Amino acid sequence: MLMNLFKFKGGVKPPTNKTQSVTLPIAVAPLPSRLVVPLHQSIGGTPRPVVQAGDKVLKGQLIGEADGWISAAVHASTSGTVLEVAMHVQPHPSGLDALCVVIEPDGKDEWIAREPLDYASLKPEEVRERLQQSGVVGLGGAVFPTHGKLTPAKTVPMDELVINGAECEPFITCDDLLMRERAEEVVRGIGIFRDLLQPKKVLIGIEDNKPEAAAAMRAAVDALKEPFLVVSVPTLYPAGGAKQLIRVLTGKEVPASKRSTDLGVQCFNVATAYTAWRAIAHGEPVVSRLVTITGNVHEPRNYEVLIGTPMDELLKLATPHPDTDGIIMGGPMMGFLVPQASVPVVKATNCLIAHADRLFPPKAPEMPCIRCGSCAEACPHELQPFEMYWFSRAKNFGKTQEYHIFDCIECGCCSFVCPSRIPLVQYFRFAKSEIWAREREKKASDGAKARFEFKQMREEREKAEKAEKLAKAAAAQAAKKAAEAAAAAAEGNAAEAEAAAPETPAVAVDAQKDAKKATIEAAMARAKAQREAVQPKNIEALKAAQQQEIDEIEARRQATHLSEAAEPAAAAPASEKTE
Amino acid sequence: MEILLAIAIMALGAVVLGAALGFASIKFKVEGDPLVEKIEAILPQTQCGQCSYPGCKPYAEAIAKGEADINKCPPGGAEGVQRLADLLGREVKPLDAEEKPKSVAIIDENTCIGCTLCIQACPVDAIVGAAKQMHTIIAPLCTGCELCLPPCPVECIRMEVIGENIDNWKWRYPVVEIKAAPLKEAA
Repeated sequence: MLMNLFKFKGGVKPPTNKTQSVTLPIAVAPLPSRLVVPLHQSIGGTPRPVVQAGDKVLKGQLIGEADGWISAAVHASTSGTVLEVAMHVQPHPSGLDALCVVIEPDGKDEWIAREPLDYASLKPEEVRERLQQSGVVGLGGAVFPTHGKLTPAKTVPMDELVINGAECEPFITCDDLLMRERAEEVVRGIGIFRDLLQPKKVLIGIEDNKPEAAAAMRAAVDALKEPFLVVSVPTLYPAGGAKQLIRVLTGKEVPASKRSTDLGVQCFNVATAYTAWRAIAHGEPVVSRLVTITGNVHEPRNYEVLIGTPMDELLKLATPHPDTDGIIMGGPMMGFLVPQASVPVVKATNCLIAHADRLFPPKAPEMPCIRCGSCAEACPHELQPFEMYWFSRAKNFGKTQEYHIFDCIECGCCSFVCPSRIPLVQYFRFAKSEIWAREREKKASDGAKARFEFKQMREEREKAEKAEKLAKAAAAQAAKKAAEAAAAAAEGNAAEAEAAAPETPAVAVDAQKDAKKATIEAAMARAKAQREAVQPKNIEALKAAQQQEIDEIEARRQATHLSEAAEPAAAAPASEKTE
Repeated sequence: MEILLAIAIMALGAVVLGAALGFASIKFKVEGDPLVEKIEAILPQTQCGQCSYPGCKPYAEAIAKGEADINKCPPGGAEGVQRLADLLGREVKPLDAEEKPKSVAIIDENTCIGCTLCIQACPVDAIVGAAKQMHTIIAPLCTGCELCLPPCPVECIRMEVIGENIDNWKWRYPVVEIKAAPLKEAA
């Protein structure tokens, strides 16, 4: 098991605080009084609710249908009655509401009919669809729908599949316990990913502060006779970042604008592999996950928790100390204080830390930046946080982008080392969300401009077409009128009939000037023609010579009218434009 | 003789350079006024006409000509004025109107009689419907210009403020400004 490992730049070594919560095995959290299951729990489209208040649901029943390809389904975490589909506060730093399905458990915890599948007999696309339908998402924290990452790139051969069991963030031990206790199912899940992606190598990276987990994984890999490599990586925060772990295990550095798949590497979390295996081989959608409950509590421990469990109810299981004054979701480096203790556990919740000033003393006030450069040394992405800080603070967002603010993974190393205690990550988050908002606005205004211009163009065109049509109609009417008049006059005097001809251009000019007037005139001409039609005509019983004369005149007139009718039609659009 | 040669050389140089400049002026001719485009890029493209010009482009042209002030665009807000001032090197002025929060038009579909007047009024084609059929607003395309409100004969259109939600929420500026405590009144 000798393998050449690589290093990433920077990184910090905060106290790990992991030993508190690994002494006890995983426990199953009891059913809560009610479950609030948010519909939007993964990256991508918001699932559409498919249940309504009053519906009876079973554990694992679909309650939110995936909307689009990058979106994952959401399921009822237990059996019971849907109380409402309404807006509730989310475990999100904003403290804003989003659509949730509230379920009152009936206590039976009755599953839907679970259909185990033999994935070897399925086509890859069927496996991917099953994963989407089962709501399998990346449980490492990014909650990207897993099926979206399981299509091998056509152009780049898949070299390495990296399985992330590093779990570098302090306090969190849920992946550690998962690997210790359920290593076999994790390895089987990795087998699914391997079969779909066909990589040359499978590397399982585990930080060397988790020897039990690594040993359990090695035993499971050997037992299942899989050629996977379990690699202990040095404990250094943030070794569990996807790009950092890829760097450590493969030596490949993923460029800023590219994805790891462009270099033939794909990365999954161990818990994702576990849920994928449960979804395929047991037909169980993601309705629960492991959550570490630690911090200011008597009995830190890992629990298997139903998605939607209110955090305050969950925290009580570990009996928090009386001075607990908040809950941090995630670790101390990247986590945030939840806006309300009653917010639900979601798929991204890997750890709840009971907060107390004793444990996390309030930060001393921010001091001016002294340009010591410690943050740049600590940054695992080799950015220059002090520069980005200046420009974020000055709201010079263009400059922050020049310093590659979007490569920042908000790991918090820079804030951790800053001697002036500047909350650098806060500044970067602020700058990023401002830039996103501006881009959204720009896109919206560009779209509005394009539609406005198109509308103007369309209106011009419609006006021109209408005028053209009217002019044509007027010309046709004038021709008809002239024909009638000529026919009427033909009997008496041929010369008179010819005199009627110059009348036509005048009518056409009128049409050009005023289409409406032309229509009226045309209508009048029609009425006149009708009147004439009633009166006896003097063109009955003609002599052969007279008939011939009329025909000649008709032919001549037709020739002239055709050219005259075409003229106003061509002239009409030009006149519209000059208006 | 030498002076003639010198003059000839200078004249030749002038002709060559003149030809080069003339060629460049044709070859690299700038179509339109780039300033208008830059101004237009800052304007929010709501096409609402609140600046008294029929659309954002005419307003941009008026600003470029120096006919219009830069503080006439309420949807752009104070930030828009600031950006225009930065671009044009003019002084920042307070907005000439009340700044309103961004909103979206909503048609009460039960009241709508299908007259199509709002469809004709909408500058950005954000309303769908047909004569004597119900109309509805495509909310993501609506710029909140309120031009559809006056033509509606049954007043079934209302404006709704777009609130903050998780998708458009922004992280707050971490700098806490130090403000002077308000002075207590002597009386």
